[in-house]
Amino acid sequence: MVFDIGLTLLVVAVAVWTIAARDTFAAVIGFVAFGLLLALAWVRLAAPDVALTEAALGSGVTGVVLLGASTRLRHAEISAADKKPGAMLRAAAAVLCTVVSAGLAAIVLVLPHPAPTLAPQAAANMAATGLGNPVTAVLMAYRAIDTLLETVVLLLALLGLWSLTPDPFWGGLPGRRHHDDPDGVLTFAAQLLVPVGILVGIHIFWVGSVAPGGEFQGATILAAMWILAAMAGLVDAPPVSRRWLRLILVAGPAVFFTIGLAGFAMAGGFLAYPESHAKLLIVMIEVPVTLSIAATLALLVAGPPDRMPQQ
Amino acid sequence: MSDATVYGLCSGILVGLGLFGLIVHPEPLRKILAFNLIGGGVFLLFGVVARRGAAAGFGGDPVPQALVITGLVVAFAATALAVALLRRLFQETGRTTLRSDG
Amino acid sequence: MSLALDLLTILAVSAGVFFFLAGTVGLLRLPDALTRLHALTKADNLGLGLVVLGLLFQEERLFAALKLITVWLLTLLAGATVTRLIARNARPTGPRG
Repeated sequence: MVFDIGLTLLVVAVAVWTIAARDTFAAVIGFVAFGLLLALAWVRLAAPDVALTEAALGSGVTGVVLLGASTRLRHAEISAADKKPGAMLRAAAAVLCTVVSAGLAAIVLVLPHPAPTLAPQAAANMAATGLGNPVTAVLMAYRAIDTLLETVVLLLALLGLWSLTPDPFWGGLPGRRHHDDPDGVLTFAAQLLVPVGILVGIHIFWVGSVAPGGEFQGATILAAMWILAAMAGLVDAPPVSRRWLRLILVAGPAVFFTIGLAGFAMAGGFLAYPESHAKLLIVMIEVPVTLSIAATLALLVAGPPDRMPQQ
Repeated sequence: MSDATVYGLCSGILVGLGLFGLIVHPEPLRKILAFNLIGGGVFLLFGVVARRGAAAGFGGDPVPQALVITGLVVAFAATALAVALLRRLFQETGRTTLRSDG
Repeated sequence: MSLALDLLTILAVSAGVFFFLAGTVGLLRLPDALTRLHALTKADNLGLGLVVLGLLFQEERLFAALKLITVWLLTLLAGATVTRLIARNARPTGPRG
């Protein structure tokens, strides 16, 4: 209990730093630290899968995107009409936010006392899915349609990002070309870390069926390893017009959707699994989905194409 | 389960702080940061509800936890798209805001 | 036996936390980027090693113990890389020596 209060105070302090810091770079660093502390809070709330996702996605990859933006936009001029709001507006905003916080705190304090829960139903049906991790069972079996739509949302975000390409670079390569020193420290670290990271990513994905982990966490680690290799100059981004790249991106949602349609024939409903083959079908969905999500996340970080391949 | 209640109060404070940052900062990148803070607070509230639903041998109700994982992924996708829009705006106009002078 | 192990864990983790504290004091009090980096990497790597050592006394399975040691080694690698990169950019541009 003392630890929880201490962690809460620390989380709030870092959040205040993120809002109040003058320099945007410092605020982004504060946000990354905030994400890692929040991952600790998730562990205390008995949600290790969410802790893994928060540390990898919420703090890690989001931090990479925001850090890149904060350095690139450092010299942006603030138009004269956008100076900071005056004291009256700040006071009114503070009052509004205090009311919102107090309202949420009041809701938390009057939550009903035998808390309603779906855990017994989740536990009762897990044997039929063949999985050992209840969160994976929810993601891939009970609410599989949410996960299918989530993969489609990721693709839509990537499409939105690619639609921002300037005309001369349509179909080109995203991200900067890094030419790091072949004897340099970053190249050495990448050569050592990327194979280990790929193993760790595959392990976390595979073990997610019986222990905390899963496809999103594993895919994030795989994407991060690609980003590291690209930053060290070991690989270059492929042109976004390449067909194999687009096939990888679409493979996950397509397989998911196809198996979902096959569910009509096999078990009488969209995304219904026949009990004898449920685990096999779930693994057949998870492997291409992991690859697709890893590619999508890496491309979302790389940004819209801004150079053409050298002929 | 009063340790979950502590995190519930924390989530309320985070949403308030994020909302304040969203209103008060003129720079869009700071607004995106504040928006992510609001998201963190909302997800933490889900986590509190999940923890209170511990039953049947699980430490927490798995359904809100799965919803939070989905939410985290979608929040990252939205952040990446927002940052890309911002960078494109900066590339085109040299400014990061939409307000025009005069 | 388990009491001795618990005692060793408490000692090792406390020593590790002390080193982390020392590194943070160095971060806050030392004058420039290079000295701060020096204090942080030395103290934090040793601190993490002691914390991992303390946790090893509590772990029975070999695979989990190996995972803890791997975490420490990976943090060493990542920390050394990032320190070198920051130091390369923070090197003062005055005369060498």
